[in-house]
Amino acid sequence: MSNPSPKYSPHRFNRSEWIRTIPSFGWLAFFFAIPTLLILVMSFKSANPYGGFGEGWSLQAWRDMGNPSYPAVTWRTVWLSVVATVICVGMALPVGFLLGKSLPKTRATLLLLIIVPFWTNFLIRVYAWKVLLHPEGYLRQALLSLHLIDERTLLLNHEWAVLLVMVYSYLPFAILPIYAAAEKFDFALLDAARDLGASAIRSFWQIFVPGVQRGLFAALVMVLIPALGSYIIPDLVGGAASEMLGNKIAARLFVDRNWPHAAAVSVLLMAVTLFPVLFAFAQQKKESRPESPRPESAKKGAAPA
Amino acid sequence: MRLISGRHPFAIAAMGVALVFLYLPILVLVLNSFNASRYGSTWEGWTIDWYARLFSSRSQDIWDALSRSLIVATMASAVSMVLGTLAAWVLHRYRTRLQQAHFGLIYLPIVAPDILMGISLAIFFVTLGVERNLMAITVAHITFCISYVTLAVLARLQDFDGSFVDAARDLGASRFQTIVRVVVPLLLPGIMAGGLLAFTLSIDDFVITFFVKGVGSDTLPLKIYGMTKHTKEMPVINALSTLLLTFTFASVWWVQRLTGNRART
Repeated sequence: MSNPSPKYSPHRFNRSEWIRTIPSFGWLAFFFAIPTLLILVMSFKSANPYGGFGEGWSLQAWRDMGNPSYPAVTWRTVWLSVVATVICVGMALPVGFLLGKSLPKTRATLLLLIIVPFWTNFLIRVYAWKVLLHPEGYLRQALLSLHLIDERTLLLNHEWAVLLVMVYSYLPFAILPIYAAAEKFDFALLDAARDLGASAIRSFWQIFVPGVQRGLFAALVMVLIPALGSYIIPDLVGGAASEMLGNKIAARLFVDRNWPHAAAVSVLLMAVTLFPVLFAFAQQKKESRPESPRPESAKKGAAPA
Repeated sequence: MRLISGRHPFAIAAMGVALVFLYLPILVLVLNSFNASRYGSTWEGWTIDWYARLFSSRSQDIWDALSRSLIVATMASAVSMVLGTLAAWVLHRYRTRLQQAHFGLIYLPIVAPDILMGISLAIFFVTLGVERNLMAITVAHITFCISYVTLAVLARLQDFDGSFVDAARDLGASRFQTIVRVVVPLLLPGIMAGGLLAFTLSIDDFVITFFVKGVGSDTLPLKIYGMTKHTKEMPVINALSTLLLTFTFASVWWVQRLTGNRART
């Protein structure tokens, strides 16, 4: 029993393993991996003037990417996403800290308060911001009466509106992983740092923040990746001047019906998200494949007789 | 009463700001569902007209969309519960190259942006010449739900005691009996949690459905999106979302009460 049977050797073909792996592996290979690779292939198709894909192959879609609006939109996508990520994580750190410090009952209540709004439909929440930011809406009127903005300032259809709603939408994605790490953090370390003369701010940055590093990394990718792929938020509150790559894909697909071009823009978005996705992957691998071998009982328990 | 250990004025302020921020749009939405003003930006007195309209025959298509969403979510969560549980089981059991690739395939859909999955499936279905109906939407939803179920069941498997399986086999249970009567019941909390998450994600999904769907199979989020583009219908969405919110809060409260009672007795 202490010797793992050769069945579990990583290099040997095992028929029952393959049979059991095929349903989920096959499904995801067919409906996820192949379609993803297909985007790349189809971006080299020629466009059908009546919409969709044409017969032959062509580089036209990629030549169209030379349109100067693409660098601008790519840049906007990246900076809005990065700034939204930094703000979300910046807010989530003290919130996660407080959740970690809270007594169990307070913690449960606060967590519930943070999660519950996100059980409302995402579209409805974004739409609520549209109402709130409307030129005649409460928020602009309040800011006007406080003389914080002047009559010419519009809140809606602006990059700042997109940024605000992105922070709103993705904040819990930053709070939850940081909280999960803060829950395991030993807060006595902070007391020790304070006793040794560190200021509150210094002990927060030099002890707490590195202590929840894993949660911090998870929060970064959990916000950055969906932010880069945003579509609804710029569509509803951003207007034409705040388009992101997601809006470009939808416009090529539904407005021009130029599918090869839509595929080419998607490849661009894929390239932009590749780095954070690889980073997420590396983090996940570190976490899910621990250095210690699995307990023998689990292996044994699953072994067919 | 002490709620937090120690004094942290800055952290408390950050939490306060975060909570106000999270609830502000929801508050506006609920208020506007009772606002006589059609555009909802100024207050013109109380009304329940929007609720009346939501339940009138003029809003039949909203209810049709809701039933479509429920059908898709039920099918997607059922299929992904089966595939996801099986995936978690093999991932837990074998440590091979195949499982490394398998895990990658499970994990990637979670981190990839929705819009990419949406457009790739749209292009895939068009290339294959598949009709983009409710079935196509369900297939797309299963594809993104499998991964969440797998991770939920994997978490449960981490403290799964294999000796129960040995005991069942030693006592003469067949392999099938062991799975149905021992393994599945032990993993059930994980399977249910994954299934519930899958159901929620499916009901809430807009982007993937928007790209995949053909003509005339609007799910609820797509119907709502259509309504946001027509100002006339805005207050009816507010009424609908207030009802959905109330329903959500009520179920959370109910679940809390159930689990709370169980903890006490």
